[in-house]
Amino acid sequence: MDSLKCASCGKELCKGLWRENPIFFQVLGMCPTLAVTTKALFGFSMGMATTFVLISSSLVISCIRKLIPPQVRIATFTVIIATFVTCADYFLKANFYTISKELGPYVPLIVVNCIILGRQEAFVSKHGVAKSLLDALGMGIGFSAVLVLLGSIRELFGFGTIFYYKILGEGFENWVIMALPAGAFITLGFLVGLFNWINIRLRQRRNSA
Amino acid sequence: MKEENFYISPGPHIFSKESTPKMMKDVIIALVPVIFASIWFFRTKAIILLLVSIASCVAFEAGLQFLMKRKITISDYSAVVTGILFAMVMPPSLPIWACILGCFVAVGLAKQLFGGLGMNIFNPALLGRAFLAAAFPVFMTRWNHPISLDAVTGATPLGLVKFGHSLDINYWDLFIGNVSGSLGETSALALLIGGLYLLIKKTIDWRIPSAYIGTVLGISFVANLISPDVYSGGLFHILAGGLLIGTIFMATDPVTSPVTKTGRWIFGIGCAVITMVIRLWGGLPEGVMYAILLMNALTPLLNRMTRPRRYGT
Repeated sequence: MDSLKCASCGKELCKGLWRENPIFFQVLGMCPTLAVTTKALFGFSMGMATTFVLISSSLVISCIRKLIPPQVRIATFTVIIATFVTCADYFLKANFYTISKELGPYVPLIVVNCIILGRQEAFVSKHGVAKSLLDALGMGIGFSAVLVLLGSIRELFGFGTIFYYKILGEGFENWVIMALPAGAFITLGFLVGLFNWINIRLRQRRNSA
Repeated sequence: MKEENFYISPGPHIFSKESTPKMMKDVIIALVPVIFASIWFFRTKAIILLLVSIASCVAFEAGLQFLMKRKITISDYSAVVTGILFAMVMPPSLPIWACILGCFVAVGLAKQLFGGLGMNIFNPALLGRAFLAAAFPVFMTRWNHPISLDAVTGATPLGLVKFGHSLDINYWDLFIGNVSGSLGETSALALLIGGLYLLIKKTIDWRIPSAYIGTVLGISFVANLISPDVYSGGLFHILAGGLLIGTIFMATDPVTSPVTKTGRWIFGIGCAVITMVIRLWGGLPEGVMYAILLMNALTPLLNRMTRPRRYGT
């Protein structure tokens, strides 16, 4: 495709990582973000499942976007997304049963994850296949990275481990609150605050330079 | 032409001579009997927790205000009050590091992140306690018997009644504070002296404590009437647990309680109802902390609901 410039490809890919990060900037997909990040591994699995669904549905929808009547586009998107969510759900159940059990209803609930439907509506339905794929990849990685970060922090304080690897020694007393929903809200609040603080500092530096 | 200075500010426009430091000093004076009682009953544990708590609250306040480039306001004593109140609602056997962490949550999370004194939605000391109660349930439910040896632990009167089903209550011990519980909550006598001082100085409004205590009395009286074998009487519910320290020093916090008179009545009644629901039917023996925090969350709503009508409308 000659219309694609490399610079714009990079932009579509990178915007999901930081500048338009689905969690920090768009504040979408809060349900899985807060619910399944009790441990880093669960956050990672959730991120991967969501990324898979995001990329696959972006691919399909960007291919057939001209054929979908605008009146029924949301229903069509949902059906396509639900198909891939079912694939992801069965894949997890077949190969990683314990993780699938821990994630519980949150894998089927990817169907209603705002990030996925939001990207289809806001981006994929207006752009071609290549750009849509890059956008989905960037958003997926951005989402997964934050989930792993959130899961790592909560697992570190809640259980003294990261990815089940013991970090904090025997003397450490587990902060039970970090494994509870309140811990998710507190940690996410601090992370979003940090994100905004860094962005403000970057803007100030750019303005003064 | 000389420029006139107009000061434009939101209401209220009527100022009294009361200032924050003066009010906070009054609260500290009212807390003196409570501090003495806690030191008398829990000895060195009380002194250490109190000193650590005050020092870390003041240090976190100054440190965070410095980091956030705000005016450092430790001289208004509000951090000292938070520190004392925080220590007074801690169990005596709490580890020092957990106390410091709780102080960070109280001053950092509940107060400074919301914008400092006057902007916080929740009572800082109680939010610090709620954090610790959720984070370290084991530490926060390990109660020492007063005066006696360190190794002896015993349930609080409320816990005994709830889980031990013993209605054998020594009201004199309960009144002077010779029971296990948080450092400052056990002695009803000391708390009543402090509360009386605050009421006479008009530092706290009488409506919230009256509504709170009155409703608790009413609910427990009815419960006791229906099944006297299961539920203890009204006097027990007033003297036991954190009800008095909560209603005198925390529910009346001017920042986190409603400003209107009707609002204050509703606030007190709401606190009492939630407290009694938790105490009688909930999974925990004590519910004062969650009751006050929940009503704190409703305070802006109560203020708006009970706003006096403008004359003529």
